[in-house]
Amino acid sequence: MKPAMSVEIGSLKLRNPVMTASGTFGYGEEFSQYVDLEKIGAFVTKGLSLKPRAGNPTPRIVETPGGMLNAIGLQNVGIDAFIQKKVPFLRSVNTPAIANFFGYTPDEYAELASRLDAIPEVAALEVNISCPNVKQGGIVFGTDPNCAASVVAACRAATKKTLIVKLSPNVTDIVEMAQACEAAGADALSVINTLTGMAIDLERRRPVLANITGGLSGPAIKPIALRMVWQVAKAVKVPVIGIGGIMSATDALEFMLAGATAVQVGTASFVNPAAAQEIAEGMEAWLAERNVADIKSLIGALEG
Amino acid sequence: MQFKAMILDNAEVSPGYWRMRMTAPAEMLEAKPGQFVMVRVNPSIDPLIRRPFGVFDVGTLQPAFTGAAPQPYLEILYRVVGKGTGMLSTLHANDILDILGPLGTGFENGPAGEEKLIVGGGVGLAPLYLLAKELVKDSPVRLFAGGRTKDDVLCITEFERLGVECYTATEDGSLGECGLVTKVLEQRLDATGNKGQIFACGPHGMLKAVAGIGAKRSVKTQVSLEGYMACGMGACLGCVCQGTEHSAENPDYRCVCTEGPVFEAAELKWEGN
Ligand SMILES: Cc1cc2nc3c(=O)[nH]c(=O)nc-3n(C[C@H](O)[C@H](O)[C@H](O)COP(=O)(O)OP(=O)(O)OC[C@H]3O[C@@H](n4cnc5c(N)ncnc54)[C@H](O)[C@@H]3O)c2cc1C
Ligand SMILES: Cc1cc2nc3c(=O)[nH]c(=O)nc-3n(C[C@H](O)[C@H](O)[C@H](O)COP(=O)(O)O)c2cc1C
Ligand code: FES
Repeated sequence: MKPAMSVEIGSLKLRNPVMTASGTFGYGEEFSQYVDLEKIGAFVTKGLSLKPRAGNPTPRIVETPGGMLNAIGLQNVGIDAFIQKKVPFLRSVNTPAIANFFGYTPDEYAELASRLDAIPEVAALEVNISCPNVKQGGIVFGTDPNCAASVVAACRAATKKTLIVKLSPNVTDIVEMAQACEAAGADALSVINTLTGMAIDLERRRPVLANITGGLSGPAIKPIALRMVWQVAKAVKVPVIGIGGIMSATDALEFMLAGATAVQVGTASFVNPAAAQEIAEGMEAWLAERNVADIKSLIGALEG
Repeated sequence: MQFKAMILDNAEVSPGYWRMRMTAPAEMLEAKPGQFVMVRVNPSIDPLIRRPFGVFDVGTLQPAFTGAAPQPYLEILYRVVGKGTGMLSTLHANDILDILGPLGTGFENGPAGEEKLIVGGGVGLAPLYLLAKELVKDSPVRLFAGGRTKDDVLCITEFERLGVECYTATEDGSLGECGLVTKVLEQRLDATGNKGQIFACGPHGMLKAVAGIGAKRSVKTQVSLEGYMACGMGACLGCVCQGTEHSAENPDYRCVCTEGPVFEAAELKWEGN
């Protein structure tokens, strides 16, 4: 018997729970020769801003044990070029494309949300709140519940599409953040973005990354992500999307047990561009072998 | 293209430098000189991300037993510098690697009959062998190969076999001219009145010097760059380099993996880098 694999995130119906994570899958097209995009649940595009952003100086990336640090600096083409150059491809694929975006003021967030709302090819919106608020001395929106709520409320007012809020793990209490975002109108929560880290070149006595610090991703962060998904899923009613170090179907299924309704695959796509598809297929095979009829029965089904 | 390659040979050709031959699908035979592959060193998570290597050579082998189809192969030439390359050097024939490629742009050959000046520093020679193989078909080719010592000047015999005229320079004088290979390149350009065009790959300092030589003498120069790569397909934006007009106010970052690794030297910003 073929297990039922579909799940819902807000009003978005996914053929299976596996998506690709923002910033690790370009705008979809880059990977189309390696992955059958119609075998994954959805893909999330690179974080967009109102104006194109150049990003940070190099080195921007370094491998660390079981993971990698990145300080890309949110380089992206900007919303206008996105509409002109990237949206036509999204139209050609029969898989929902979720647009990830960020701003530096709540107004910028709202403007982006309303512009993305108008694009039929964009199935849902994912707000990245791991950005500094320039109006309030650069405090990262996602590290202050009031700041985060103001951004989410501004976006909520600007779109009827499914609004996913992506939480930063660089906080003391992720549950407090999750609840603030839910109360402000989030339809779902993505947990987690990268953890701030650092690498040092001993002989040169310098930081490896030009930006000094960067975001840690990959298998090294999986236990932390799993814990945060578990904590958040218990505390909110909206669906949680589990992200962080997912490399295999087993990893993805563990996130679902912890309470995730869907998952996103990030760094794994660099290691194996077909990872998201292979994970979706592997999950289905796992369920079939154990005669589990519906993947939804696994969500939050952690025992003990 | 993503494929599984079986190692056919993995041998140390000079202290610290290895040459690996592996099976490849027939599409790999279409690889352009200057393109690269991303190698997953092993299926575990350590090392995690793939490592980029230039395509040193491609070809086909006639299997020993008649009747079997010719086997296309891919070769890389690598220097052991860390964990990933160290692990590669311990692999043996019949081990399997996961490869992505061919990736990136290649060199443009330029007009037939024109003098081609190839400049390689150390393991930078890797992508230049396939280039020389192409260029000798219709042009006179000269190689300028440099390194710290004679052990860092690789595969000269192979280039000579192609009919390439080779000039070498080492910093300790253990092979060829004593000093930098760029000096030898300049001598040749002086002697010919700046004829031909330059193709270079090697350490950043050497490329910068070569770019300067090309610019000063109005000789077209193509360089193959490196960047720290996670994906090799334009998605992570980790590998970027700066275009000529780059400044903090007007940033111009180019993706080394998709817009390069081969660039016209005149398109890139070299000062301060
Ligand atoms: C397009 C391109 C073509 C290359 N071709 C060749 C080649 O033909 N032969 C060859 O010997 N080397 C080549 N290199 C360099 C080679 O990729 C690195 O030497 C190798 O990745 C080092 O891996 P490691 O694990 O041994 O080193 P590590 O211990 O991980 O690091 C040592 C140094 O290697 C470099 N490095 C590590 N990982 C990467 C990465 N993912 N991308 C880029 N640089 C990295 C960094 O400068 C680092 O400081 C090429 C690089 C690029 C970008
Ligand atoms: C190179 C790189 C770029 C990223 N860019 C973004 C981005 O633009 N917006 C965003 O919300 N997350 C971004 N992320 C975070 C990922 O989407 C994901 O949350 C994180 O990498 C953890 O998942 P992983 O361990 O599976 O990679 C980026 C991650 C990486 C590695
Ligand atoms: S290596 Fe990822 S964009 Fe170039």
